[in-house]
Amino acid sequence: MAVLAAFVFAFLMVVLVIDLVRRKKLREKYAVLWLVVGTGALILAGFPQLLAIVAGVLGVQVPANLLFAMSIVLLIGVCLHLSWELSLVEDETRVLAEETAILRSSLEDLQERMDRLDGAPPRRRVRVPPVPSVLPGSAHPSALHNDR
Amino acid sequence: MASMFPPSRVLVIMPAWNEHETVGATVREVLELQRGYDVLVVDDGSRDNTAEVARAAGARVLTLPYNLGVGGAMRAGFKYAQLHGYDGAIQVDADGQHDPLDISRVLAGLESADISIGARFAGRGDYKVVGPRKWAMALLAAVISRLARTRLTDVTSGFRAANGRAIRQYIDHYPAEYLGDTIDSLVVAVRSGCVVTQVPVEMRTRQGGQPSHNPAKAALYLLRSVFALFLALTRRKSSIFVPAGGL
Ligand SMILES: Nc1nc2c(ncn2[C@@H]2O[C@H](COP(=O)(O)OP(=O)(O)OP(=O)(O)O)[C@@H](O)[C@H]2O)c(=O)[nH]1
Ligand SMILES: [Mg+2]
Repeated sequence: MAVLAAFVFAFLMVVLVIDLVRRKKLREKYAVLWLVVGTGALILAGFPQLLAIVAGVLGVQVPANLLFAMSIVLLIGVCLHLSWELSLVEDETRVLAEETAILRSSLEDLQERMDRLDGAPPRRRVRVPPVPSVLPGSAHPSALHNDR
Repeated sequence: MASMFPPSRVLVIMPAWNEHETVGATVREVLELQRGYDVLVVDDGSRDNTAEVARAAGARVLTLPYNLGVGGAMRAGFKYAQLHGYDGAIQVDADGQHDPLDISRVLAGLESADISIGARFAGRGDYKVVGPRKWAMALLAAVISRLARTRLTDVTSGFRAANGRAIRQYIDHYPAEYLGDTIDSLVVAVRSGCVVTQVPVEMRTRQGGQPSHNPAKAALYLLRSVFALFLALTRRKSSIFVPAGGL
């Protein structure tokens, strides 16, 4: 019974991951790790003797400990991978923030010059509220729109 | 030429974060020197009206959409400097602690170097720090002095000038980590071939607003600065670096 439950669980997980990738909710590079984990679980659930055999070969006394050790190593790997990807994304957003600031200043320059050419009264600058750094920076009011 | 002296166009870059009390006066002081410096205030996601005050005082303003820290703000400033053809840039604090009259003295250091640091413990002024923060600063100064083959007494000073060569190097590597804007950027610049010198300056007291440090953080500062130094010493050198005299 327990074997069946483990098998069903692993199977559902693999199906879910594939479905997420298919619907573009999960990038393939993250899916790979989870697919490896899921497939491993599937194999172990299908052939529970396998764990005992491998544990015997490696000299691990309690097979369950081998399972735990492997899970911990895998989870650490996944966490490290995620931190690494997150740092990369953070670096990229920093560059974008710098570039938008520079672009905005050029745009303001241009607008000022155009206004002077048109002889129009200078525009009022709109104060853009900064994105609170503690909250996930979701939709940010566009910084580029000056009202007239 | 990669680095001309004196630089023909100098940009004063002021990182500012919630400094509306002081930024206006500091900008005006710099512009009143009448030396042709342009002032760029990098408003780093301030929650007050730092940007408006700075603009009203006559500065150009870069407004970052959220807080990046001094490192990110300075890199944006250096990019702006390069984009607009400045061949000299100097960082000046918005809180008025750096005396605008010293700007030309620090810039003069560029005659023999790519980076010139306005140093606080080099004989002039009476700026003092104590405890772990002092030990950290002494240790950092000793290590970086050896690396740069010149005596530097204040490597965490934010009052520093860069010529065209150093600006290019900074854009390639100006890290966002803690102390990245001082220790890390300096170490990598030196290891990439930039020449560093220092000029003694006086520190004034903060003209208003809130200091970003407090004594409780001092011990942590020691640990983090040693870690930052370790990281900087093991980083790769800038590869896009332009050798002296060539372009
Ligand atoms: N762009 C940006 N500037 C900052 C940030 N934090 C501080 N600054 C600016 O950096 C300059 C120096 O900051 P201070 O808080 O005065 O730091 P300090 O001079 O080392 O320490 P004090 O002795 O407390 O004055 C000031 O112009 C600040 O406005 C930040 O997160 N982003
Ligand atoms: Mg200060």
